[in-house]
Amino acid sequence: MATITTQRSLSGSSQSPRSPSAQPFLGITVTDPVKLGNGVQAYISYRVITKTNFPEYQGPEKIVIRRYSDFVWLRDRLFEKYKGIFIPPLPEKSAVEKFRFSSEFIEMRRQALDIFLNRIASHPELRQSEDLRTFLQVDEETMERARSQETGIFKKKPADLMQIFKDVQSKVSDVVLGKEKPLEESSPEYEKLKHYTFELEDHLAEAQKHAFRLVKRHRELGQSLADFGKAIKLLGACEGNSLGKAFSELGSKSETLSIKLQKEAHHLLMKFEEPLKDYVRAVQSIKATMAERANAFKHQCELAETIKLKEINLDKLMLTRSDKVGEAEIEYRELKAEGEEATRRFETIVRLMSEEIVRFQEQKTLDIGIAFHELAKGQAQMANEIADAWRSLIPKLEACSART
Amino acid sequence: MMGFENQGFEEAHLFSSRQEIQSLVLDEPLDGKSFSDYRSAMSSISEAHHPLSPPIVGIEVDDDPLLSPSSYMDRRNPNVSENSYLEPPSYADVVFSPFGNENGEANGFENSTHDSVKSEIISRSASSSSGYIKIAVSNPVKEQEISNSLVPGGNTYVTYLITTRTNIPEFGGSEYSVRRRFKDVVTLADRLSESYRGFFIPPRPDKNVVESQVMHKQEFVEQRRVALEKYLTRLAAHPVIKKSEELKVFLQVQGKLPLPTTTDVASRMLDGAVKLPKQLFGEPATVVAPHEVVQPAKGGRDLLRIFKELKQSVANDWGGSKPPVVEEDKEFLEKKEKLQVFEQQLSNASQQAESLVKAQQDIGETMGQLGLAFIKLTKFETEEAMYNSQRIRAADMKRVATAAVKASRFYRESNAQTVKYLDTLHEYLGLMLAVHSAFSDRSSALLTVQTLLSELSSLQSRAEKLEVASSKIFGGDRSRIRKIEELKETIRVTEDAKSCAVREYERIKENNRNELERLERERRHDFLSMLKGFVINQVGYAEKIANEWANVAEETSGYTKESS
Repeated sequence: MATITTQRSLSGSSQSPRSPSAQPFLGITVTDPVKLGNGVQAYISYRVITKTNFPEYQGPEKIVIRRYSDFVWLRDRLFEKYKGIFIPPLPEKSAVEKFRFSSEFIEMRRQALDIFLNRIASHPELRQSEDLRTFLQVDEETMERARSQETGIFKKKPADLMQIFKDVQSKVSDVVLGKEKPLEESSPEYEKLKHYTFELEDHLAEAQKHAFRLVKRHRELGQSLADFGKAIKLLGACEGNSLGKAFSELGSKSETLSIKLQKEAHHLLMKFEEPLKDYVRAVQSIKATMAERANAFKHQCELAETIKLKEINLDKLMLTRSDKVGEAEIEYRELKAEGEEATRRFETIVRLMSEEIVRFQEQKTLDIGIAFHELAKGQAQMANEIADAWRSLIPKLEACSART
Repeated sequence: MMGFENQGFEEAHLFSSRQEIQSLVLDEPLDGKSFSDYRSAMSSISEAHHPLSPPIVGIEVDDDPLLSPSSYMDRRNPNVSENSYLEPPSYADVVFSPFGNENGEANGFENSTHDSVKSEIISRSASSSSGYIKIAVSNPVKEQEISNSLVPGGNTYVTYLITTRTNIPEFGGSEYSVRRRFKDVVTLADRLSESYRGFFIPPRPDKNVVESQVMHKQEFVEQRRVALEKYLTRLAAHPVIKKSEELKVFLQVQGKLPLPTTTDVASRMLDGAVKLPKQLFGEPATVVAPHEVVQPAKGGRDLLRIFKELKQSVANDWGGSKPPVVEEDKEFLEKKEKLQVFEQQLSNASQQAESLVKAQQDIGETMGQLGLAFIKLTKFETEEAMYNSQRIRAADMKRVATAAVKASRFYRESNAQTVKYLDTLHEYLGLMLAVHSAFSDRSSALLTVQTLLSELSSLQSRAEKLEVASSKIFGGDRSRIRKIEELKETIRVTEDAKSCAVREYERIKENNRNELERLERERRHDFLSMLKGFVINQVGYAEKIANEWANVAEETSGYTKESS
């Protein structure tokens, strides 16, 4: 899989090929899925190979064994630490038991995990993450410890995030309806972005649904061709001589094409449908970040309110020359510092998001461009193979009729 | 053909429908239900998805070029006792191709649009095709049955306008129309099956016994119209049957169809009940009249004959001794067995062809939906674009969407053609019914022969015994002598009947043989055409689809260079 992804916008890394040692690089490969454990507790482990020249890393190459929940841990840590940045999405946990260990599912997951890590590695900020270093380097025991510690503290269920987001949405609509004074968050630009994000997800989900169906249709057509080929061969056995042979060859071609169709079905699944699904996940990741932003904004607003109250209170105390003034002043100053911190955090998110959205759009154009290319290439190839296969029969059929 | 109508009425007394027994049960055992269901389903697919197809009009059928009008033979001897089949015409060049051929003749299904697809389909007619019969069924009209009915208001039924265009002189005229109802078609089919025993007569459309409300529903009427047209067209395509009087009368004679109808069940039973006691008590009229022998024993009237033949067939199956005459024709038996296998494989192939068509339809549909989803996305991204990367993506997406929609259309078009080609399989399945029918004509004729032979031999042994007994009495035994005379008379009549039966059997065997040859020839041609058409169609559309996607692949090739 891709080890070096070039940045076109922010990171500023040049694209001219200089000696690898001078260029900072971080390349990750996820391979070798292996089923471990028994029964209900069985799981898949992956080999993660890191090649880097970053000084913070222990060495030029490292190999560790990781499982899906380790990736989830990393994603959650990044989400907590890098608010405002669109964290690359992870493939879903599969609920359907029997599907969990099918080779196709495992391959799709492996591919998605690989892309996940490489996206992190190519992000100028995320690639510096300490948690990433932990993930890529520590042994399995340490990893397991780290993983089990973090649950409960940092883990926020997506439902909670969505609730926060919905609160903000209703708050925004209150503003629109004139119930509250306008907040910064109702900027038309951000509104547009929110609206865009939600609609985009719907459109993409529909496209992905049809892409998935298309994969299935390929498989079904493949099956039909195989069955048809067989039946034609049997029917041909009832005919004599040249006609019988023609039938038999047609049947064989049909069976051959069946295989090609299955191949294209798999290709479509991996190279077209998966990227579309990935696109959907990426949009969902943006929504999660939006929820974080709303959260930060709410926090900032609440603090601002509290500070105002404290200020009023302080003035009152100062007027009455109360001995509590000193205490109140300290509190007030602390709160003010907190308020500034909250504002700073919020503004960081806003700034980061605006950079991220540009990056996101460019990345997606590239990703989907590749997916489109794969779709077109695969379909063209398949159609050509179909045409060639059938065409090869024509001279034989001509010969048959010449003999009649 | 003068005097035909008189003959018709003569025969009315003697023949009754072979399907009397079968129609006692309301099912039609010969017609494969799934077969007709499939056909209607397939026609709805091809019609629903083929916006370009015009309604079915009719086909041109080449007349047999080797049979010039002047040498037109009478294939049925009006003297009922001998249906001698004189000479087999060469059916070799009757065109029954399932789709258009070089001469631009269209098939009875739809006018195929072959311009875009390279077609080099061989017409079965080798050379000059001069004559044709074109039949169209149209204009269904509800009519009322007058009087006679118990239901107040009367029964309503539907009639169809049947238009024939032909240049065959025997038909005397170039174009004519009649109105017929489905009952008339049943009558036609029944009369044909009596007159053309041993032939592979195209099976008629199902009776579809349904409620009268359903009868009048437009969809049902339309389905039936289509089926009738196909049936009549096939009849007109059969080299022998198309020259039949029955068909001619059906197509030409205005007003009531002057063919003997299938007599109703009750009167038949009554007839038979009247006859039976006489038969049982051994009156001279017991013996099967020679002229009746040329038809199989029918229910109602011929109870005694049925009993005898049944007894004979049981003796054939379970009796210790070999029946006097058996099916010996090895070639026939071989062919019969091969045909059984063929039918099985045909049925299987027909099913798989159906699945294939459906799968191709589905993939085209889904491709179209994907294209539409992308078009919507493109529009969305273009409208809401804030960054240039979005516009680029929207442009890419539009290319893909356009290609997907085009490909979807190609799948649909290709499929409409595929349906037509693979329809040959279904056609031949239908033909198998006719084959079974012809073979059973043969076996029932054989059974009649066997029965008569057995009867003859038992009569003769009775006569012998009587003679021996009588010779022992000096001066003769008057009563015995009288009995011997009677027996000898019976034997003579029975001998005649046996000769008739044997001739009929031989005639049917000959018909079988010729039809089998014809089937083999036509089958080879039809299947070859089917394969060629199918393959060429697939190639053409696959090339088109490949082209669309190749262009998009080219336009998006820049992305592959950028990654990794």
